[in-house]
Amino acid sequence: MQTPPSPPDAITVSNLRKTYRIREGGSWRGKTRDIVALDGISFSVPKGQIAGFIGPNGAGKSTAIKILSGILRPTSGEVQVNGLVPWTNRIAHVARIGVVFGQRTQLWWDLSVAEGLALLRDIYGVEPERFARNRARLADALDLGGIMDQSVRQLSLGQRMRAEIAASLIHDPDILILDEPTIGLDAPSKLAVRAFVHELCRDRGTTVLLTTHDMHDIEALAERVIVIGHGRILADSPFEDLRTTTLSERILELDFHDTPPELTLPAGASETAREPRSLTITFDPRQIPAPALVAHVGHLPGLDDLRISRPSIDEIITRFYADHAA
Amino acid sequence: MTQSPSRTLSGPGLYRRMAGASILAQLRYPGTFVIQAIGNFVTTLLSFFGIWSLFHRFGSIAGWDIGTVAVLYGLVNVAFAVAETLGRGFEVFGGEYVRTGSFDRLLLRPRSTLLLLLGHELRLRPIGRFLQGLFVLAAGLWLAPHVQWSAVLVLPWAIAGGAAMFLGVLIGQAALCFITVEGLEVVNVLTYGGVEAGQYPLTMFGRWLRRFITFVLPLAAVCYYPTLFSLAHPDPLGMPTWIGALSPVAGFAFLGVMILAWNRAVAGYVSSGS
Repeated sequence: MQTPPSPPDAITVSNLRKTYRIREGGSWRGKTRDIVALDGISFSVPKGQIAGFIGPNGAGKSTAIKILSGILRPTSGEVQVNGLVPWTNRIAHVARIGVVFGQRTQLWWDLSVAEGLALLRDIYGVEPERFARNRARLADALDLGGIMDQSVRQLSLGQRMRAEIAASLIHDPDILILDEPTIGLDAPSKLAVRAFVHELCRDRGTTVLLTTHDMHDIEALAERVIVIGHGRILADSPFEDLRTTTLSERILELDFHDTPPELTLPAGASETAREPRSLTITFDPRQIPAPALVAHVGHLPGLDDLRISRPSIDEIITRFYADHAA
Repeated sequence: MTQSPSRTLSGPGLYRRMAGASILAQLRYPGTFVIQAIGNFVTTLLSFFGIWSLFHRFGSIAGWDIGTVAVLYGLVNVAFAVAETLGRGFEVFGGEYVRTGSFDRLLLRPRSTLLLLLGHELRLRPIGRFLQGLFVLAAGLWLAPHVQWSAVLVLPWAIAGGAAMFLGVLIGQAALCFITVEGLEVVNVLTYGGVEAGQYPLTMFGRWLRRFITFVLPLAAVCYYPTLFSLAHPDPLGMPTWIGALSPVAGFAFLGVMILAWNRAVAGYVSSGS
Protein backbone atom coordinates (compact mmCIF):
# COMPACT_ATOMS: atom_id res chain seq x y z
CA MET A 1 0.00 0.00 0.00
CA GLN A 2 1.40 3.37 -1.01
CA THR A 3 0.61 6.37 1.18
CA PRO A 4 1.92 9.52 -0.52
CA PRO A 5 3.62 11.64 0.86
CA SER A 6 5.04 9.17 3.34
CA PRO A 7 4.33 10.36 6.92
CA PRO A 8 7.12 10.37 9.51
CA ASP A 9 7.48 7.29 11.64
CA ALA A 10 5.80 7.15 15.02
CA ILE A 11 8.03 4.35 16.24
CA THR A 12 11.53 3.48 15.11
CA VAL A 13 13.53 0.66 16.60
CA SER A 14 17.00 -0.20 15.49
CA ASN A 15 19.21 -3.04 16.54
CA LEU A 16 17.51 -3.41 19.88
CA ARG A 17 19.06 -5.92 22.25
CA LYS A 18 18.10 -6.96 25.74
CA THR A 19 19.75 -9.60 27.85
CA TYR A 20 18.54 -10.58 31.28
CA ARG A 21 20.92 -11.78 33.91
CA ILE A 22 19.35 -14.55 35.91
CA ARG A 23 20.59 -16.28 38.98
CA GLU A 24 20.66 -20.03 38.87
CA GLY A 25 19.32 -22.02 41.78
CA GLY A 26 17.65 -18.94 43.19
CA SER A 27 20.23 -18.37 45.91
CA TRP A 28 21.84 -14.97 46.30
CA ARG A 29 25.26 -16.35 45.69
CA GLY A 30 24.35 -18.66 42.79
CA LYS A 31 26.00 -18.41 39.41
CA THR A 32 24.47 -15.98 36.96
CA ARG A 33 23.61 -16.65 33.36
CA ASP A 34 22.61 -14.25 30.60
CA ILE A 35 19.45 -14.86 28.64
CA VAL A 36 19.01 -13.07 25.35
CA ALA A 37 15.43 -11.80 25.11
CA LEU A 38 15.92 -9.49 22.12
CA ASP A 39 18.74 -10.21 19.73
CA GLY A 40 18.97 -7.06 17.65
CA ILE A 41 15.54 -6.21 16.26
CA SER A 42 14.77 -3.31 13.94
CA PHE A 43 11.49 -2.02 12.58
CA SER A 44 9.54 1.17 12.25
CA VAL A 45 5.86 1.99 12.34
CA PRO A 46 4.58 4.99 10.38
CA LYS A 47 2.07 7.35 11.94
CA GLY A 48 -1.48 6.09 11.81
CA GLN A 49 -0.69 2.47 11.12
CA ILE A 50 -1.99 -0.53 13.03
CA ALA A 51 0.89 -2.94 13.30
CA GLY A 52 0.43 -6.44 14.70
CA PHE A 53 3.28 -7.63 16.84
CA ILE A 54 3.10 -11.37 17.27
CA GLY A 55 5.15 -14.35 18.25
CA PRO A 56 4.95 -17.44 20.42
CA ASN A 57 5.31 -17.20 24.20
CA GLY A 58 8.83 -16.32 25.23
CA ALA A 59 9.69 -14.82 21.85
CA GLY A 60 10.57 -11.43 23.32
CA LYS A 61 7.30 -9.59 22.68
CA SER A 62 6.70 -8.43 26.22
CA THR A 63 10.30 -7.31 26.55
CA ALA A 64 9.96 -5.19 23.42
CA ILE A 65 6.62 -3.77 24.60
CA LYS A 66 8.13 -2.87 27.98
CA ILE A 67 11.05 -1.09 26.33
CA LEU A 68 8.73 0.83 24.00
CA SER A 69 6.58 1.78 27.00
CA GLY A 70 9.57 3.22 28.83
CA ILE A 71 9.47 0.83 31.77
CA LEU A 72 12.52 -1.19 30.77
CA ARG A 73 15.95 -0.07 29.63
CA PRO A 74 17.49 -2.13 26.82
CA THR A 75 21.02 -3.50 26.85
CA SER A 76 21.80 -1.71 23.58
CA GLY A 77 20.13 -0.31 20.50
CA GLU A 78 18.10 2.74 19.64
CA VAL A 79 14.41 3.49 20.01
CA GLN A 80 12.42 6.59 19.28
CA VAL A 81 8.75 6.87 20.04
CA ASN A 82 7.17 10.19 19.09
CA GLY A 83 10.73 11.47 18.73
CA LEU A 84 11.57 10.60 22.34
CA VAL A 85 13.81 7.91 23.74
CA PRO A 86 11.41 6.10 26.08
CA TRP A 87 13.76 5.22 28.92
CA THR A 88 15.68 8.48 29.18
CA ASN A 89 12.65 10.55 30.08
CA ARG A 90 9.99 8.22 31.34
CA ILE A 91 7.56 10.91 32.48
CA ALA A 92 7.54 12.91 29.23
CA HIS A 93 7.32 9.70 27.23
CA VAL A 94 4.48 7.98 29.07
CA ALA A 95 2.42 11.16 29.02
CA ARG A 96 2.12 10.72 25.25
CA ILE A 97 1.33 7.04 24.94
CA GLY A 98 -1.59 4.90 26.00
CA VAL A 99 -1.10 1.32 27.10
CA VAL A 100 -3.66 -1.40 27.69
CA PHE A 101 -2.47 -4.58 29.35
CA GLY A 102 -5.30 -7.06 28.90
CA GLN A 103 -4.54 -8.82 32.13
CA ARG A 104 -3.89 -5.85 34.39
CA THR A 105 -6.20 -3.05 35.30
CA GLN A 106 -5.19 0.59 35.31
CA LEU A 107 -8.41 1.71 36.95
CA TRP A 108 -9.07 1.59 40.68
CA TRP A 109 -11.02 -1.44 41.87
CA ASP A 110 -12.86 0.46 44.59
CA LEU A 111 -13.74 3.51 42.52
CA SER A 112 -16.36 3.92 39.86
CA VAL A 113 -15.34 4.21 36.21
CA ALA A 114 -16.21 7.93 36.28
CA GLU A 115 -14.12 8.56 39.41
CA GLY A 116 -11.22 6.62 37.92
CA LEU A 117 -11.32 8.62 34.71
CA ALA A 118 -11.42 11.87 36.69
CA LEU A 119 -8.36 10.77 38.66
CA LEU A 120 -6.55 9.95 35.41
CA ARG A 121 -7.49 13.40 34.15
CA ASP A 122 -5.56 14.87 37.07
CA ILE A 123 -2.66 12.45 36.78
CA TYR A 124 -2.22 13.29 33.09
CA GLY A 125 -3.15 16.94 33.53
CA VAL A 126 -5.89 16.92 30.88
CA GLU A 127 -7.66 20.29 30.60
CA PRO A 128 -11.29 20.14 31.81
CA GLU A 129 -12.87 20.97 28.41
CA ARG A 130 -10.72 18.46 26.58
CA PHE A 131 -11.45 15.88 29.28
CA ALA A 132 -15.20 16.44 29.00
CA ARG A 133 -15.01 16.12 25.22
CA ASN A 134 -12.88 12.97 25.31
CA ARG A 135 -14.96 11.41 28.02
CA ALA A 136 -18.16 11.96 26.08
CA ARG A 137 -16.65 10.67 22.85
CA LEU A 138 -15.18 7.56 24.49
CA ALA A 139 -18.33 6.85 26.50
CA ASP A 140 -20.30 6.96 23.29
CA ALA A 141 -17.91 4.92 21.16
CA LEU A 142 -17.27 2.29 23.81
CA ASP A 143 -20.83 2.24 25.15
CA LEU A 144 -19.86 3.15 28.71
CA GLY A 145 -23.04 5.09 29.57
CA GLY A 146 -24.53 2.37 31.72
CA ILE A 147 -21.39 1.53 33.67
CA MET A 148 -19.91 4.97 34.44
CA ASP A 149 -21.15 4.92 38.01
CA GLN A 150 -20.40 1.30 38.76
CA SER A 151 -17.29 0.41 40.67
CA VAL A 152 -14.68 -1.34 38.57
CA ARG A 153 -14.86 -4.38 40.85
CA GLN A 154 -18.42 -5.02 39.72
CA LEU A 155 -17.79 -4.90 35.98
CA SER A 156 -17.78 -7.93 33.71
CA LEU A 157 -14.55 -8.61 31.87
CA GLY A 158 -15.94 -7.17 28.63
CA GLN A 159 -17.20 -4.03 30.36
CA ARG A 160 -13.92 -3.64 32.15
CA MET A 161 -11.91 -3.92 28.96
CA ARG A 162 -14.00 -1.19 27.35
CA ALA A 163 -13.40 0.99 30.40
CA GLU A 164 -9.68 0.18 30.27
CA ILE A 165 -9.47 1.29 26.67
CA ALA A 166 -11.24 4.54 27.51
CA ALA A 167 -8.82 5.03 30.40
CA SER A 168 -5.83 4.57 28.12
CA LEU A 169 -7.10 7.23 25.70
CA ILE A 170 -8.39 9.94 28.01
CA HIS A 171 -5.22 12.02 27.41
CA ASP A 172 -5.30 11.73 23.58
CA PRO A 173 -2.11 9.72 23.13
CA ASP A 174 -0.63 9.59 19.63
CA ILE A 175 0.37 6.00 20.15
CA LEU A 176 -1.65 3.20 21.64
CA ILE A 177 -0.02 -0.03 22.72
CA LEU A 178 -2.48 -2.87 23.11
CA ASP A 179 -1.24 -6.00 24.85
CA GLU A 180 -3.78 -8.84 24.53
CA PRO A 181 -6.77 -6.48 24.45
CA THR A 182 -9.31 -9.21 23.72
CA ILE A 183 -8.08 -11.93 26.07
CA GLY A 184 -10.99 -13.65 27.80
CA LEU A 185 -13.65 -11.56 26.09
CA ASP A 186 -16.85 -12.97 24.62
CA ALA A 187 -17.47 -12.66 20.89
CA PRO A 188 -19.57 -9.45 20.92
CA SER A 189 -17.04 -7.70 23.17
CA LYS A 190 -14.18 -8.75 20.91
CA LEU A 191 -15.99 -7.36 17.89
CA ALA A 192 -16.74 -4.11 19.74
CA VAL A 193 -13.10 -3.67 20.74
CA ARG A 194 -11.88 -4.36 17.21
CA ALA A 195 -14.37 -1.97 15.65
CA PHE A 196 -13.38 0.75 18.08
CA VAL A 197 -9.64 0.37 17.44
CA HIS A 198 -10.28 0.44 13.72
CA GLU A 199 -12.23 3.70 13.98
CA LEU A 200 -9.65 5.22 16.28
CA CYS A 201 -6.96 4.66 13.70
CA ARG A 202 -9.09 5.83 10.79
CA ASP A 203 -10.65 8.91 12.41
CA ARG A 204 -7.86 10.14 14.65
CA GLY A 205 -4.75 8.78 13.01
CA THR A 206 -3.63 7.05 16.19
CA THR A 207 -0.73 4.66 15.71
CA VAL A 208 -1.48 1.27 17.21
CA LEU A 209 0.91 -1.49 18.15
CA LEU A 210 -1.10 -4.63 18.82
CA THR A 211 0.21 -7.71 20.60
CA THR A 212 -2.09 -10.67 20.72
CA HIS A 213 -2.33 -14.42 20.50
CA ASP A 214 -5.75 -14.09 18.89
CA MET A 215 -4.99 -14.19 15.18
CA HIS A 216 -8.48 -12.92 14.43
CA ASP A 217 -7.50 -9.62 16.05
CA ILE A 218 -4.61 -9.49 13.61
CA GLU A 219 -6.73 -10.44 10.62
CA ALA A 220 -9.37 -7.86 11.51
CA LEU A 221 -7.07 -4.98 12.37
CA ALA A 222 -3.46 -5.16 11.35
CA GLU A 223 -2.32 -3.82 8.02
CA ARG A 224 0.97 -5.42 8.74
CA VAL A 225 2.41 -8.08 11.01
CA ILE A 226 5.78 -8.18 12.64
CA VAL A 227 6.52 -11.74 13.69
CA ILE A 228 9.11 -12.19 16.38
CA GLY A 229 10.76 -15.43 17.53
CA HIS A 230 13.87 -16.16 19.58
CA GLY A 231 14.37 -12.44 19.97
CA ARG A 232 14.62 -11.82 16.24
CA ILE A 233 12.23 -10.56 13.61
CA LEU A 234 11.15 -13.50 11.48
CA ALA A 235 8.79 -11.65 9.16
CA ASP A 236 7.55 -8.12 8.65
CA SER A 237 4.93 -7.88 5.95
CA PRO A 238 1.21 -7.54 5.24
CA PHE A 239 -0.58 -10.62 6.50
CA GLU A 240 -1.56 -11.71 2.96
CA ASP A 241 2.12 -11.99 2.07
CA LEU A 242 2.67 -14.23 5.03
CA ARG A 243 -0.18 -16.41 3.81
CA THR A 244 1.22 -16.67 0.29
CA THR A 245 4.72 -17.49 1.38
CA THR A 246 3.78 -19.83 4.20
CA LEU A 247 0.66 -21.75 3.37
CA SER A 248 -0.82 -20.77 0.05
CA GLU A 249 -2.70 -24.05 -0.43
CA ARG A 250 -6.48 -24.29 -0.61
CA ILE A 251 -8.71 -27.08 0.54
CA LEU A 252 -11.54 -28.60 -1.48
CA GLU A 253 -14.03 -30.70 0.44
CA LEU A 254 -16.41 -33.00 -1.43
CA ASP A 255 -19.51 -34.69 0.07
CA PHE A 256 -21.03 -37.76 -1.53
CA HIS A 257 -24.25 -39.61 -0.82
CA ASP A 258 -22.36 -42.89 -1.11
CA THR A 259 -18.78 -44.12 -0.95
CA PRO A 260 -16.59 -41.63 -2.83
CA PRO A 261 -15.22 -42.96 -6.12
CA GLU A 262 -11.51 -43.41 -6.85
CA LEU A 263 -10.28 -40.45 -8.86
CA THR A 264 -7.21 -39.23 -10.67
CA LEU A 265 -6.26 -35.62 -9.87
CA PRO A 266 -4.40 -33.06 -11.99
CA ALA A 267 -0.88 -31.95 -11.00
CA GLY A 268 -0.88 -29.62 -7.96
CA ALA A 269 -3.81 -31.35 -6.28
CA SER A 270 -3.76 -34.33 -3.94
CA GLU A 271 -6.17 -36.29 -1.85
CA THR A 272 -5.43 -35.62 1.82
CA ALA A 273 -8.33 -37.35 3.62
CA ARG A 274 -10.91 -39.96 2.79
CA GLU A 275 -14.02 -40.60 4.91
CA PRO A 276 -16.95 -42.94 4.23
CA ARG A 277 -18.99 -40.08 2.70
CA SER A 278 -16.44 -37.37 1.94
CA LEU A 279 -13.07 -36.52 0.40
CA THR A 280 -10.64 -33.74 1.16
CA ILE A 281 -8.37 -32.48 -1.61
CA THR A 282 -5.55 -30.04 -1.00
CA PHE A 283 -4.36 -28.01 -3.97
CA ASP A 284 -2.03 -25.23 -4.93
CA PRO A 285 -3.99 -22.56 -6.84
CA ARG A 286 -0.87 -21.49 -8.70
CA GLN A 287 -0.64 -24.93 -10.31
CA ILE A 288 -4.29 -25.74 -10.68
CA PRO A 289 -6.76 -22.85 -10.43
CA ALA A 290 -9.86 -23.53 -8.33
CA PRO A 291 -12.34 -23.30 -11.27
CA ALA A 292 -10.38 -25.89 -13.26
CA LEU A 293 -10.29 -28.27 -10.31
CA VAL A 294 -13.99 -27.80 -9.64
CA ALA A 295 -14.71 -28.53 -13.33
CA HIS A 296 -12.56 -31.64 -13.02
CA VAL A 297 -14.48 -33.09 -10.08
CA GLY A 298 -17.89 -31.56 -10.79
CA HIS A 299 -19.20 -34.49 -12.83
CA LEU A 300 -18.22 -37.23 -10.33
CA PRO A 301 -21.10 -39.63 -9.68
CA GLY A 302 -22.86 -39.20 -6.35
CA LEU A 303 -21.43 -35.74 -5.59
CA ASP A 304 -23.76 -33.81 -3.26
CA ASP A 305 -21.86 -30.69 -2.24
CA LEU A 306 -18.44 -29.05 -2.40
CA ARG A 307 -16.67 -26.34 -0.45
CA ILE A 308 -13.39 -24.51 -0.99
CA SER A 309 -11.59 -23.00 1.96
CA ARG A 310 -8.28 -21.46 2.83
CA PRO A 311 -6.24 -22.57 5.83
CA SER A 312 -7.23 -20.59 8.90
CA ILE A 313 -5.01 -17.83 10.14
CA ASP A 314 -4.19 -20.00 13.15
CA GLU A 315 -3.00 -22.80 10.88
CA ILE A 316 -0.88 -20.39 8.89
CA ILE A 317 0.80 -18.95 11.92
CA THR A 318 1.32 -22.39 13.46
CA ARG A 319 2.98 -23.51 10.23
CA PHE A 320 5.04 -20.32 10.16
CA TYR A 321 6.30 -20.86 13.72
CA ALA A 322 7.07 -24.50 12.90
CA ASP A 323 8.97 -23.55 9.71
CA HIS A 324 11.09 -21.15 11.74
CA ALA A 325 11.40 -23.47 14.73
CA ALA A 326 10.04 -20.57 16.77
CA MET B 1 -15.66 16.65 46.69
CA THR B 2 -13.92 19.47 44.94
CA GLN B 3 -13.50 19.21 41.19
CA SER B 4 -11.08 22.08 40.80
CA PRO B 5 -10.78 23.40 37.25
CA SER B 6 -6.99 23.37 37.35
CA ARG B 7 -4.91 21.98 34.53
CA THR B 8 -1.79 20.03 35.34
CA LEU B 9 -2.09 19.54 39.06
CA SER B 10 0.97 20.13 41.19
CA GLY B 11 2.26 17.22 43.25
CA PRO B 12 0.39 18.26 46.41
CA GLY B 13 -2.76 18.95 44.37
CA LEU B 14 -2.68 15.52 42.83
CA TYR B 15 -1.92 13.98 46.21
CA ARG B 16 -5.04 15.60 47.65
CA ARG B 17 -7.10 14.22 44.78
CA MET B 18 -5.77 10.70 45.19
CA ALA B 19 -6.09 10.82 48.96
CA GLY B 20 -9.67 12.04 48.59
CA ALA B 21 -10.47 9.16 46.27
CA SER B 22 -8.91 6.73 48.73
CA ILE B 23 -10.98 8.08 51.63
CA LEU B 24 -14.06 7.75 49.49
CA ALA B 25 -13.21 4.13 48.82
CA GLN B 26 -12.58 3.39 52.52
CA LEU B 27 -15.83 4.99 53.56
CA ARG B 28 -17.76 2.74 51.20
CA TYR B 29 -17.79 0.32 54.11
CA PRO B 30 -18.05 2.70 57.11
CA GLY B 31 -18.86 -0.09 59.60
CA THR B 32 -15.58 -1.86 58.88
CA PHE B 33 -13.69 1.39 59.26
CA VAL B 34 -15.25 2.28 62.61
CA ILE B 35 -14.64 -1.19 64.05
CA GLN B 36 -11.02 -1.21 62.86
CA ALA B 37 -10.33 2.26 64.24
CA ILE B 38 -11.81 1.36 67.63
CA GLY B 39 -9.84 -1.90 67.66
CA ASN B 40 -6.70 0.06 66.85
CA PHE B 41 -7.41 2.48 69.69
CA VAL B 42 -8.06 -0.24 72.26
CA THR B 43 -5.11 -2.50 71.41
CA THR B 44 -2.63 0.37 71.49
CA LEU B 45 -4.11 1.71 74.73
CA LEU B 46 -3.71 -1.70 76.34
CA SER B 47 0.02 -1.57 75.72
CA PHE B 48 0.20 1.73 77.60
CA PHE B 49 -1.80 0.23 80.44
CA GLY B 50 1.09 -2.23 80.95
CA ILE B 51 3.55 0.62 81.36
CA TRP B 52 1.19 2.55 83.61
CA SER B 53 0.69 -0.35 86.00
CA LEU B 54 4.46 -0.71 86.30
CA PHE B 55 4.87 2.91 87.35
CA HIS B 56 1.79 2.77 89.53
CA ARG B 57 3.48 0.04 91.53
CA PHE B 58 7.03 1.42 91.70
CA GLY B 59 6.42 5.21 91.50
CA SER B 60 9.41 5.98 89.34
CA ILE B 61 11.90 3.70 87.66
CA ALA B 62 15.59 4.51 87.38
CA GLY B 63 14.88 8.20 87.77
CA TRP B 64 12.08 8.32 85.19
CA ASP B 65 8.60 9.40 86.24
CA ILE B 66 5.36 8.31 84.65
CA GLY B 67 4.79 11.76 83.08
CA THR B 68 8.02 11.67 81.08
CA VAL B 69 7.46 8.12 79.95
CA ALA B 70 3.90 8.99 78.90
CA VAL B 71 5.19 11.87 76.77
CA LEU B 72 7.71 9.55 75.08
CA TYR B 73 5.03 6.96 74.53
CA GLY B 74 2.58 9.46 73.10
CA LEU B 75 5.16 11.02 70.85
CA VAL B 76 6.31 7.81 69.20
CA ASN B 77 2.78 6.49 68.74
CA VAL B 78 1.44 9.68 67.19
CA ALA B 79 4.46 9.86 64.86
CA PHE B 80 4.06 6.24 63.82
CA ALA B 81 0.31 6.66 63.28
CA VAL B 82 0.99 9.55 60.89
CA ALA B 83 3.54 7.47 58.95
CA GLU B 84 1.13 4.51 58.80
CA THR B 85 -1.59 6.80 57.47
CA LEU B 86 0.63 8.23 54.73
CA GLY B 87 2.83 5.27 53.87
CA ARG B 88 0.35 2.49 53.29
CA GLY B 89 1.33 2.21 49.62
CA PHE B 90 4.91 1.43 50.64
CA GLU B 91 3.82 -0.98 53.34
CA VAL B 92 1.88 -3.13 50.85
CA PHE B 93 4.26 -2.52 47.95
CA GLY B 94 5.73 -6.03 47.82
CA GLY B 95 2.40 -7.83 47.85
CA GLU B 96 0.30 -5.46 45.80
CA TYR B 97 2.77 -4.06 43.28
CA VAL B 98 5.87 -6.23 42.90
CA ARG B 99 4.32 -9.67 43.21
CA THR B 100 1.42 -8.82 40.89
CA GLY B 101 3.51 -6.88 38.39
CA SER B 102 1.33 -3.81 38.73
CA PHE B 103 4.38 -1.69 39.46
CA ASP B 104 4.74 -1.61 35.66
CA ARG B 105 1.33 0.05 35.53
CA LEU B 106 2.57 2.69 37.94
CA LEU B 107 5.59 3.39 35.76
CA LEU B 108 3.23 4.08 32.86
CA ARG B 109 1.84 7.13 34.64
CA PRO B 110 3.58 10.42 34.03
CA ARG B 111 4.22 11.13 37.69
CA SER B 112 6.85 10.30 40.27
CA THR B 113 6.51 6.80 41.68
CA LEU B 114 6.84 8.19 45.21
CA LEU B 115 3.89 10.49 44.71
CA LEU B 116 1.79 7.72 43.16
CA LEU B 117 2.56 5.35 46.03
CA LEU B 118 1.82 8.01 48.63
CA GLY B 119 -1.49 8.42 46.84
CA HIS B 120 -2.15 4.68 46.96
CA GLU B 121 -4.08 5.11 50.18
CA LEU B 122 -4.53 7.70 52.87
CA ARG B 123 -5.25 5.18 55.54
CA LEU B 124 -7.88 6.12 58.08
CA ARG B 125 -7.51 3.19 60.40
CA PRO B 126 -4.42 4.41 62.33
CA ILE B 127 -6.57 7.24 63.66
CA GLY B 128 -7.14 4.91 66.63
CA ARG B 129 -3.42 4.84 67.46
CA PHE B 130 -3.16 8.56 66.72
CA LEU B 131 -5.91 9.63 69.14
CA GLN B 132 -4.72 7.25 71.80
CA GLY B 133 -1.14 8.54 71.51
CA LEU B 134 -2.35 12.12 71.66
CA PHE B 135 -4.39 11.30 74.75
CA VAL B 136 -1.41 9.71 76.54
CA LEU B 137 0.83 12.59 75.44
CA ALA B 138 -1.57 15.13 76.95
CA ALA B 139 -1.80 13.10 80.16
CA GLY B 140 2.00 12.96 80.32
CA LEU B 141 2.29 16.73 79.98
CA TRP B 142 -0.21 17.11 82.79
CA LEU B 143 1.70 14.71 85.05
CA ALA B 144 5.29 15.71 84.23
CA PRO B 145 6.91 18.10 86.70
CA HIS B 146 8.79 20.70 84.63
CA VAL B 147 6.97 21.19 81.33
CA GLN B 148 8.56 24.01 79.29
CA TRP B 149 6.44 26.44 77.29
CA SER B 150 8.62 25.63 74.26
CA ALA B 151 7.16 22.11 74.30
CA VAL B 152 4.29 23.59 72.30
CA LEU B 153 6.75 24.09 69.42
CA VAL B 154 9.16 21.23 69.94
CA LEU B 155 6.66 18.39 70.31
CA PRO B 156 4.89 18.97 66.94
CA TRP B 157 8.33 19.31 65.35
CA ALA B 158 9.36 16.02 66.98
CA ILE B 159 6.17 14.35 65.75
CA ALA B 160 6.93 15.54 62.23
CA GLY B 161 10.50 14.25 62.46
CA GLY B 162 9.29 10.95 63.84
CA ALA B 163 6.65 10.57 61.13
CA ALA B 164 9.33 11.32 58.51
CA MET B 165 11.60 8.68 60.03
CA PHE B 166 8.92 5.97 60.10
CA LEU B 167 7.85 6.89 56.57
CA GLY B 168 11.51 6.48 55.62
CA VAL B 169 11.48 2.98 57.10
CA LEU B 170 8.40 2.09 55.04
CA ILE B 171 10.00 3.49 51.86
CA GLY B 172 13.19 1.56 52.60
CA GLN B 173 11.14 -1.58 53.10
CA ALA B 174 9.46 -1.04 49.73
CA ALA B 175 12.85 -0.52 48.06
CA LEU B 176 13.99 -3.87 49.46
CA CYS B 177 11.03 -5.52 47.74
CA PHE B 178 12.85 -5.17 44.42
CA ILE B 179 15.44 -7.62 45.76
CA THR B 180 13.11 -9.98 47.58
CA VAL B 181 9.52 -9.99 48.68
CA GLU B 182 10.17 -12.92 51.00
CA GLY B 183 10.89 -12.45 54.68
CA LEU B 184 10.46 -8.69 54.76
CA GLU B 185 8.63 -9.04 58.07
CA VAL B 186 12.17 -8.50 59.38
CA VAL B 187 11.62 -4.80 58.70
CA ASN B 188 8.84 -4.85 61.30
CA VAL B 189 11.69 -4.82 63.81
CA LEU B 190 12.20 -1.21 62.74
CA THR B 191 8.54 -0.18 62.56
CA TYR B 192 6.70 -1.93 65.36
CA GLY B 193 9.97 -2.61 67.16
CA GLY B 194 10.86 1.06 66.82
CA VAL B 195 7.54 2.06 68.34
CA GLU B 196 8.14 -0.29 71.26
CA ALA B 197 11.70 0.90 71.79
CA GLY B 198 10.75 4.56 71.43
CA GLN B 199 8.36 4.26 74.35
CA TYR B 200 11.20 3.81 76.82
CA PRO B 201 13.98 6.20 77.84
CA LEU B 202 17.27 5.60 76.06
CA THR B 203 19.04 4.69 79.30
CA MET B 204 17.00 1.50 79.55
CA PHE B 205 18.88 -0.08 76.64
CA GLY B 206 22.30 -1.61 76.32
CA ARG B 207 25.09 0.22 74.56
CA TRP B 208 24.81 -1.29 71.05
CA LEU B 209 21.05 -0.84 70.93
CA ARG B 210 21.44 2.75 72.12
CA ARG B 211 23.88 3.38 69.30
CA PHE B 212 21.59 1.73 66.80
CA ILE B 213 18.57 3.85 67.70
CA THR B 214 20.69 6.99 67.77
CA PHE B 215 22.92 6.71 64.71
CA VAL B 216 21.26 4.19 62.36
CA LEU B 217 17.58 4.63 62.99
CA PRO B 218 17.39 8.13 64.57
CA LEU B 219 14.69 7.14 67.01
CA ALA B 220 16.34 8.87 69.98
CA ALA B 221 16.65 12.06 67.94
CA VAL B 222 12.92 12.24 67.22
CA CYS B 223 11.58 11.03 70.60
CA TYR B 224 14.00 10.87 73.48
CA TYR B 225 15.89 14.16 73.13
CA PRO B 226 12.85 16.33 72.25
CA THR B 227 11.08 14.87 75.29
CA LEU B 228 14.02 15.74 77.56
CA PHE B 229 14.07 19.25 76.13
CA SER B 230 10.33 19.78 76.54
CA LEU B 231 10.38 18.58 80.13
CA ALA B 232 13.73 20.15 81.09
CA HIS B 233 14.92 16.71 82.11
CA PRO B 234 18.72 16.41 82.13
CA ASP B 235 20.13 13.57 80.05
CA PRO B 236 21.64 10.89 82.29
CA LEU B 237 23.93 10.04 79.37
CA GLY B 238 25.35 13.56 79.39
CA MET B 239 24.09 15.12 76.19
CA PRO B 240 23.12 18.82 76.50
CA THR B 241 19.36 19.27 76.71
CA TRP B 242 19.14 21.83 73.89
CA ILE B 243 20.06 19.11 71.41
CA GLY B 244 16.42 17.99 71.62
CA ALA B 245 15.23 21.17 69.91
CA LEU B 246 17.31 20.40 66.83
CA SER B 247 17.54 16.63 66.73
CA PRO B 248 14.18 15.92 65.01
CA VAL B 249 15.82 17.06 61.77
CA ALA B 250 17.53 13.66 61.79
CA GLY B 251 14.15 12.08 60.98
CA PHE B 252 13.98 14.12 57.77
CA ALA B 253 17.58 13.29 56.93
CA PHE B 254 16.77 9.59 57.33
CA LEU B 255 13.74 10.02 55.05
CA GLY B 256 15.97 11.77 52.50
CA VAL B 257 18.43 8.89 52.47
CA MET B 258 15.60 6.39 52.04
CA ILE B 259 14.18 8.40 49.12
CA LEU B 260 17.58 8.27 47.43
CA ALA B 261 17.67 4.54 48.04
CA TRP B 262 14.20 4.24 46.56
CA ASN B 263 15.16 6.14 43.41
CA ARG B 264 18.20 3.94 42.96
CA ALA B 265 16.09 0.82 43.44
CA VAL B 266 13.58 1.98 40.81
CA ALA B 267 16.39 2.79 38.36
CA GLY B 268 17.78 -0.67 39.00
CA TYR B 269 14.39 -2.23 38.34
CA VAL B 270 14.03 -0.35 35.06
CA SER B 271 17.41 -1.54 33.85
CA SER B 272 17.15 -5.15 34.99
CA GLY B 273 13.46 -5.79 34.43
CA SER B 274 13.15 -7.84 37.57
